[in-house]
Amino acid sequence: MDNPSPYWFLVVFGAVALVFPLIPLALARLWFLVFSPQKPSKEKNAVYECGLESKGDSWMQMKIHYYLYAIVFLIVDVEAVFLIPFAAAYAALPVGAIVAMLFFVLLVAEGLVWAWGRGFLEWK
Amino acid sequence: MTEADEKTIQDLRRSGILLTTLEDLYNWGRSNSVWPLQFGLACCAIEMIAASMSRFDIARFGSEVFRPSPRQADLMIVSGTVTKKMAPQVVRLYNQMPEPKYVIAMGACAISGGPFKQGYNVLKGIDRYIPVDVHIPGCPPRPEALLHGLMELQEKIREQNLTGENRPRHLRSDVSGEFPVPEFGTCDLEPPSNPAVWTPPEPIREGL
Repeated sequence: MDNPSPYWFLVVFGAVALVFPLIPLALARLWFLVFSPQKPSKEKNAVYECGLESKGDSWMQMKIHYYLYAIVFLIVDVEAVFLIPFAAAYAALPVGAIVAMLFFVLLVAEGLVWAWGRGFLEWK
Repeated sequence: MTEADEKTIQDLRRSGILLTTLEDLYNWGRSNSVWPLQFGLACCAIEMIAASMSRFDIARFGSEVFRPSPRQADLMIVSGTVTKKMAPQVVRLYNQMPEPKYVIAMGACAISGGPFKQGYNVLKGIDRYIPVDVHIPGCPPRPEALLHGLMELQEKIREQNLTGENRPRHLRSDVSGEFPVPEFGTCDLEPPSNPAVWTPPEPIREGL
Protein backbone atom coordinates (compact mmCIF):
# COMPACT_ATOMS: atom_id res chain seq x y z
CA MET A 1 0.00 0.00 0.00
CA ASP A 2 1.30 3.39 -0.97
CA ASN A 3 1.43 5.48 2.19
CA PRO A 4 1.78 9.22 1.60
CA SER A 5 3.20 9.84 5.06
CA PRO A 6 4.06 7.46 7.88
CA TYR A 7 2.90 10.05 10.38
CA TRP A 8 -0.71 10.51 9.29
CA PHE A 9 -1.90 8.29 12.14
CA LEU A 10 -0.57 10.91 14.58
CA VAL A 11 -3.14 13.35 13.20
CA VAL A 12 -5.89 10.75 13.72
CA PHE A 13 -4.52 10.04 17.20
CA GLY A 14 -4.57 13.75 18.08
CA ALA A 15 -8.10 14.17 16.74
CA VAL A 16 -9.39 11.21 18.76
CA ALA A 17 -7.59 12.45 21.86
CA LEU A 18 -9.33 15.79 21.44
CA VAL A 19 -12.82 14.53 20.58
CA PHE A 20 -12.94 11.70 23.14
CA PRO A 21 -12.91 13.92 26.25
CA LEU A 22 -14.94 16.64 24.55
CA ILE A 23 -17.95 14.37 23.98
CA PRO A 24 -18.71 13.70 27.69
CA LEU A 25 -17.97 17.33 28.52
CA ALA A 26 -20.41 18.47 25.85
CA LEU A 27 -22.99 15.92 27.04
CA ALA A 28 -22.65 17.15 30.62
CA ARG A 29 -23.06 20.74 29.41
CA LEU A 30 -26.14 19.79 27.39
CA TRP A 31 -27.58 17.89 30.35
CA PHE A 32 -27.30 20.87 32.65
CA LEU A 33 -28.76 23.21 30.02
CA VAL A 34 -31.79 20.97 29.42
CA PHE A 35 -32.46 19.34 32.79
CA SER A 36 -30.32 20.23 35.76
CA PRO A 37 -29.92 23.92 36.62
CA GLN A 38 -26.78 25.21 38.31
CA LYS A 39 -27.23 26.59 41.80
CA PRO A 40 -24.07 28.35 42.88
CA SER A 41 -24.01 30.33 46.10
CA LYS A 42 -21.47 32.03 48.29
CA GLU A 43 -21.40 29.23 50.81
CA LYS A 44 -21.25 26.49 48.21
CA ASN A 45 -18.36 28.15 46.43
CA ALA A 46 -16.45 28.84 49.64
CA VAL A 47 -12.81 27.81 49.42
CA TYR A 48 -12.66 26.02 52.75
CA GLU A 49 -14.54 22.72 52.68
CA CYS A 50 -14.29 21.37 56.21
CA GLY A 51 -17.63 22.72 57.34
CA LEU A 52 -16.09 25.60 59.22
CA GLU A 53 -16.07 29.19 58.14
CA SER A 54 -12.61 30.46 57.37
CA LYS A 55 -11.48 33.21 59.70
CA GLY A 56 -8.90 35.90 59.14
CA ASP A 57 -6.72 36.54 56.15
CA SER A 58 -4.80 33.73 54.50
CA TRP A 59 -2.04 36.21 53.52
CA MET A 60 -0.13 36.29 56.77
CA GLN A 61 3.54 37.07 57.32
CA MET A 62 6.04 34.55 58.58
CA LYS A 63 8.99 35.55 60.73
CA ILE A 64 12.21 35.81 58.74
CA HIS A 65 13.98 34.00 61.61
CA TYR A 66 12.58 30.74 60.33
CA TYR A 67 15.45 30.67 57.82
CA LEU A 68 17.58 29.13 60.58
CA TYR A 69 15.26 26.13 60.81
CA ALA A 70 15.44 25.79 57.03
CA ILE A 71 19.25 25.72 57.21
CA VAL A 72 19.31 23.20 60.05
CA PHE A 73 16.87 21.06 58.10
CA LEU A 74 19.17 21.26 55.07
CA ILE A 75 22.11 20.01 57.13
CA VAL A 76 20.33 16.78 57.98
CA ASP A 77 18.68 16.55 54.56
CA VAL A 78 21.93 16.86 52.53
CA GLU A 79 23.62 14.53 54.92
CA ALA A 80 21.01 11.86 54.27
CA VAL A 81 21.40 12.20 50.49
CA PHE A 82 25.10 11.38 50.76
CA LEU A 83 24.89 8.93 53.65
CA ILE A 84 22.44 6.51 52.06
CA PRO A 85 24.66 5.63 49.02
CA PHE A 86 27.63 5.59 51.41
CA ALA A 87 25.90 3.08 53.66
CA ALA A 88 24.83 0.98 50.66
CA ALA A 89 28.39 0.76 49.28
CA TYR A 90 30.10 0.62 52.68
CA ALA A 91 31.45 -2.93 52.46
CA ALA A 92 33.17 -2.34 49.11
CA LEU A 93 34.72 1.06 49.91
CA PRO A 94 38.49 1.56 50.41
CA VAL A 95 39.73 3.02 53.70
CA GLY A 96 40.42 6.43 52.09
CA ALA A 97 36.82 6.82 51.00
CA ILE A 98 35.53 5.97 54.47
CA VAL A 99 37.86 8.49 56.08
CA ALA A 100 36.71 11.14 53.56
CA MET A 101 33.09 10.35 54.32
CA LEU A 102 33.67 10.56 58.08
CA PHE A 103 35.28 13.96 57.51
CA PHE A 104 32.16 15.05 55.63
CA VAL A 105 29.95 13.84 58.47
CA LEU A 106 32.16 15.74 60.89
CA LEU A 107 31.75 18.95 58.85
CA VAL A 108 27.97 18.58 58.80
CA ALA A 109 27.82 17.67 62.49
CA GLU A 110 29.89 20.75 63.24
CA GLY A 111 27.18 22.89 61.68
CA LEU A 112 24.59 21.19 63.89
CA VAL A 113 26.76 21.71 66.99
CA TRP A 114 27.17 25.37 66.03
CA ALA A 115 23.37 25.78 65.72
CA TRP A 116 22.85 23.94 69.01
CA GLY A 117 25.45 26.08 70.76
CA ARG A 118 23.83 29.28 69.55
CA GLY A 119 20.52 28.09 71.01
CA PHE A 120 18.63 27.78 67.71
CA LEU A 121 17.20 24.42 68.70
CA GLU A 122 15.40 25.95 71.69
CA TRP A 123 11.69 26.19 71.04
CA LYS A 124 10.48 29.64 71.96
CA MET B 1 -46.38 3.58 29.47
CA THR B 2 -49.22 1.14 28.96
CA GLU B 3 -49.36 -2.43 30.12
CA ALA B 4 -48.97 -3.75 26.55
CA ASP B 5 -45.81 -1.72 26.13
CA GLU B 6 -44.45 -3.14 29.35
CA LYS B 7 -45.15 -6.66 28.13
CA THR B 8 -43.45 -5.98 24.79
CA ILE B 9 -40.40 -4.63 26.60
CA GLN B 10 -40.24 -7.72 28.78
CA ASP B 11 -40.55 -9.97 25.72
CA LEU B 12 -37.78 -8.08 23.95
CA ARG B 13 -35.59 -8.26 27.04
CA ARG B 14 -35.97 -12.02 27.08
CA SER B 15 -34.67 -12.19 23.53
CA GLY B 16 -31.72 -9.96 24.38
CA ILE B 17 -32.98 -6.53 23.32
CA LEU B 18 -32.94 -3.90 26.02
CA LEU B 19 -35.31 -0.97 25.70
CA THR B 20 -35.24 1.84 28.19
CA THR B 21 -36.05 5.49 28.67
CA LEU B 22 -33.62 8.33 29.28
CA GLU B 23 -35.15 8.75 32.74
CA ASP B 24 -34.59 5.10 33.66
CA LEU B 25 -31.05 5.17 32.31
CA TYR B 26 -30.26 8.33 34.25
CA ASN B 27 -31.70 6.99 37.49
CA TRP B 28 -30.09 3.58 37.00
CA GLY B 29 -26.71 5.21 36.59
CA ARG B 30 -26.85 7.55 39.52
CA SER B 31 -28.58 5.13 41.89
CA ASN B 32 -25.70 2.71 41.40
CA SER B 33 -22.99 5.29 42.02
CA VAL B 34 -24.07 7.06 45.19
CA TRP B 35 -20.84 8.44 46.60
CA PRO B 36 -21.05 9.14 50.33
CA LEU B 37 -19.25 11.90 52.13
CA GLN B 38 -16.44 10.60 54.32
CA PHE B 39 -17.86 11.99 57.46
CA GLY B 40 -18.36 10.24 60.78
CA LEU B 41 -19.68 11.76 63.97
CA ALA B 42 -19.75 9.05 66.63
CA CYS B 43 -20.05 5.32 67.20
CA CYS B 44 -22.35 4.84 64.16
CA ALA B 45 -19.36 5.86 62.07
CA ILE B 46 -17.62 2.68 63.21
CA GLU B 47 -20.51 0.68 61.77
CA MET B 48 -20.33 2.78 58.62
CA ILE B 49 -16.61 1.95 58.34
CA ALA B 50 -17.42 -1.73 58.90
CA ALA B 51 -19.99 -1.51 56.10
CA SER B 52 -17.33 -0.21 53.75
CA MET B 53 -14.91 -3.01 54.60
CA SER B 54 -14.71 -6.44 52.99
CA ARG B 55 -17.06 -8.29 55.35
CA PHE B 56 -20.07 -6.18 54.43
CA ASP B 57 -18.66 -4.55 51.28
CA ILE B 58 -20.67 -1.48 50.42
CA ALA B 59 -18.87 -1.60 47.04
CA ARG B 60 -21.50 -4.09 45.91
CA PHE B 61 -23.88 -1.13 45.75
CA GLY B 62 -21.45 1.26 44.07
CA SER B 63 -21.03 3.37 47.20
CA GLU B 64 -17.52 2.48 48.26
CA VAL B 65 -16.09 5.79 47.06
CA PHE B 66 -16.17 7.76 50.30
CA ARG B 67 -15.24 11.29 49.24
CA PRO B 68 -13.22 13.48 51.58
CA SER B 69 -14.63 16.61 49.92
CA PRO B 70 -18.30 17.61 49.91
CA ARG B 71 -17.88 18.82 46.29
CA GLN B 72 -17.62 15.22 45.09
CA ALA B 73 -20.22 13.57 47.32
CA ASP B 74 -23.85 12.68 46.61
CA LEU B 75 -24.84 11.30 49.97
CA MET B 76 -24.31 12.51 53.50
CA ILE B 77 -24.53 9.70 56.06
CA VAL B 78 -25.11 11.50 59.35
CA SER B 79 -23.62 8.75 61.45
CA GLY B 80 -23.85 9.60 65.10
CA THR B 81 -24.75 12.18 67.68
CA VAL B 82 -25.01 15.69 66.28
CA THR B 83 -24.06 18.13 68.99
CA LYS B 84 -25.17 21.72 68.82
CA LYS B 85 -21.58 22.65 68.27
CA MET B 86 -21.38 20.34 65.25
CA ALA B 87 -24.79 21.08 63.72
CA PRO B 88 -23.72 24.29 61.86
CA GLN B 89 -20.81 22.40 60.31
CA VAL B 90 -23.09 19.55 59.22
CA VAL B 91 -25.50 21.98 57.56
CA ARG B 92 -22.65 23.90 55.95
CA LEU B 93 -21.17 20.69 54.54
CA TYR B 94 -24.59 19.76 53.21
CA ASN B 95 -24.82 23.16 51.53
CA GLN B 96 -21.45 22.62 49.91
CA MET B 97 -22.47 19.34 48.33
CA PRO B 98 -23.55 19.58 44.68
CA GLU B 99 -27.06 18.62 43.62
CA PRO B 100 -28.49 16.00 43.56
CA LYS B 101 -27.70 15.31 47.20
CA TYR B 102 -29.23 12.93 49.70
CA VAL B 103 -29.09 12.46 53.45
CA ILE B 104 -29.25 9.27 55.49
CA ALA B 105 -29.83 9.81 59.21
CA MET B 106 -28.07 6.79 60.68
CA GLY B 107 -28.94 5.73 64.18
CA ALA B 108 -31.09 6.99 67.00
CA CYS B 109 -28.91 10.05 67.70
CA ALA B 110 -29.05 11.43 64.17
CA ILE B 111 -32.81 10.80 64.09
CA SER B 112 -33.80 12.20 67.46
CA GLY B 113 -30.84 12.66 69.80
CA GLY B 114 -31.19 9.05 70.91
CA PRO B 115 -29.95 8.19 74.38
CA PHE B 116 -28.44 11.66 74.65
CA LYS B 117 -31.70 13.45 73.83
CA GLN B 118 -31.87 15.00 77.32
CA GLY B 119 -28.39 16.46 76.94
CA TYR B 120 -28.24 20.23 76.84
CA ASN B 121 -25.88 20.24 73.88
CA VAL B 122 -27.38 17.48 71.73
CA LEU B 123 -29.41 18.29 68.65
CA LYS B 124 -32.73 16.46 68.72
CA GLY B 125 -32.48 15.14 65.20
CA ILE B 126 -30.63 16.42 62.14
CA ASP B 127 -33.93 16.56 60.24
CA ARG B 128 -34.57 19.85 62.03
CA TYR B 129 -32.16 21.53 59.64
CA ILE B 130 -31.71 19.44 56.51
CA PRO B 131 -34.14 17.19 54.62
CA VAL B 132 -33.45 13.55 55.49
CA ASP B 133 -34.27 10.94 52.84
CA VAL B 134 -33.79 7.73 54.83
CA HIS B 135 -33.91 7.23 58.59
CA ILE B 136 -32.13 4.12 59.90
CA PRO B 137 -33.15 3.23 63.45
CA GLY B 138 -30.76 1.41 65.77
CA CYS B 139 -28.16 2.21 68.39
CA PRO B 140 -25.98 1.79 66.47
CA PRO B 141 -27.56 0.17 63.39
CA ARG B 142 -25.63 -2.82 62.14
CA PRO B 143 -23.88 -2.54 58.76
CA GLU B 144 -26.69 -4.60 57.21
CA ALA B 145 -29.13 -1.93 58.35
CA LEU B 146 -27.01 0.75 56.67
CA LEU B 147 -26.92 -1.32 53.49
CA HIS B 148 -30.70 -1.68 53.68
CA GLY B 149 -30.99 2.08 54.11
CA LEU B 150 -28.78 2.57 51.07
CA MET B 151 -30.96 0.19 49.05
CA GLU B 152 -34.04 2.14 50.14
CA LEU B 153 -32.33 5.33 48.97
CA GLN B 154 -31.49 3.71 45.64
CA GLU B 155 -35.13 2.73 45.32
CA LYS B 156 -36.09 6.33 46.01
CA ILE B 157 -33.64 7.65 43.41
CA ARG B 158 -34.95 5.22 40.78
CA GLU B 159 -38.48 6.53 41.24
CA GLN B 160 -37.59 10.20 40.75
CA ASN B 161 -38.94 11.86 37.63
CA LEU B 162 -36.73 13.64 35.16
CA THR B 163 -39.45 15.97 33.94
CA GLY B 164 -42.88 17.08 35.05
CA GLU B 165 -44.27 18.98 37.99
CA ASN B 166 -43.15 16.58 40.72
CA ARG B 167 -39.55 16.33 39.62
CA PRO B 168 -37.05 16.50 42.47
CA ARG B 169 -35.37 19.62 43.78
CA HIS B 170 -32.13 19.30 41.87
CA LEU B 171 -33.95 19.53 38.54
CA ARG B 172 -35.89 22.67 39.48
CA SER B 173 -34.31 26.06 39.04
CA ASP B 174 -36.84 27.79 41.32
CA VAL B 175 -35.99 25.75 44.44
CA SER B 176 -32.75 26.49 46.25
CA GLY B 177 -30.54 23.65 47.42
CA GLU B 178 -29.14 25.75 50.23
CA PHE B 179 -30.40 25.55 53.79
CA PRO B 180 -29.85 28.19 56.48
CA VAL B 181 -26.93 27.44 58.77
CA PRO B 182 -27.88 27.79 62.46
CA GLU B 183 -25.90 30.15 64.67
CA PHE B 184 -25.12 29.99 68.36
CA GLY B 185 -27.65 32.00 70.33
CA THR B 186 -27.84 32.75 74.03
CA CYS B 187 -29.15 29.34 75.08
CA ASP B 188 -29.78 27.34 71.91
CA LEU B 189 -29.03 27.27 68.23
CA GLU B 190 -30.82 30.02 66.36
CA PRO B 191 -33.13 29.21 64.73
CA PRO B 192 -33.83 26.04 66.80
CA SER B 193 -35.14 24.41 63.63
CA ASN B 194 -35.68 25.17 59.96
CA PRO B 195 -39.45 25.57 59.56
CA ALA B 196 -39.14 24.69 55.86
CA VAL B 197 -38.12 21.12 56.69
CA TRP B 198 -39.43 20.52 60.22
CA THR B 199 -42.24 21.75 62.42
CA PRO B 200 -42.40 20.85 66.10
CA PRO B 201 -45.17 18.34 66.83
CA GLU B 202 -48.16 19.54 68.81
CA PRO B 203 -47.87 18.20 72.36
CA ILE B 204 -50.80 15.96 73.33
CA ARG B 205 -51.97 16.88 76.83
CA GLU B 206 -54.53 14.60 78.37
CA GLY B 207 -56.98 15.57 81.08
CA LEU B 208 -56.92 19.30 80.50
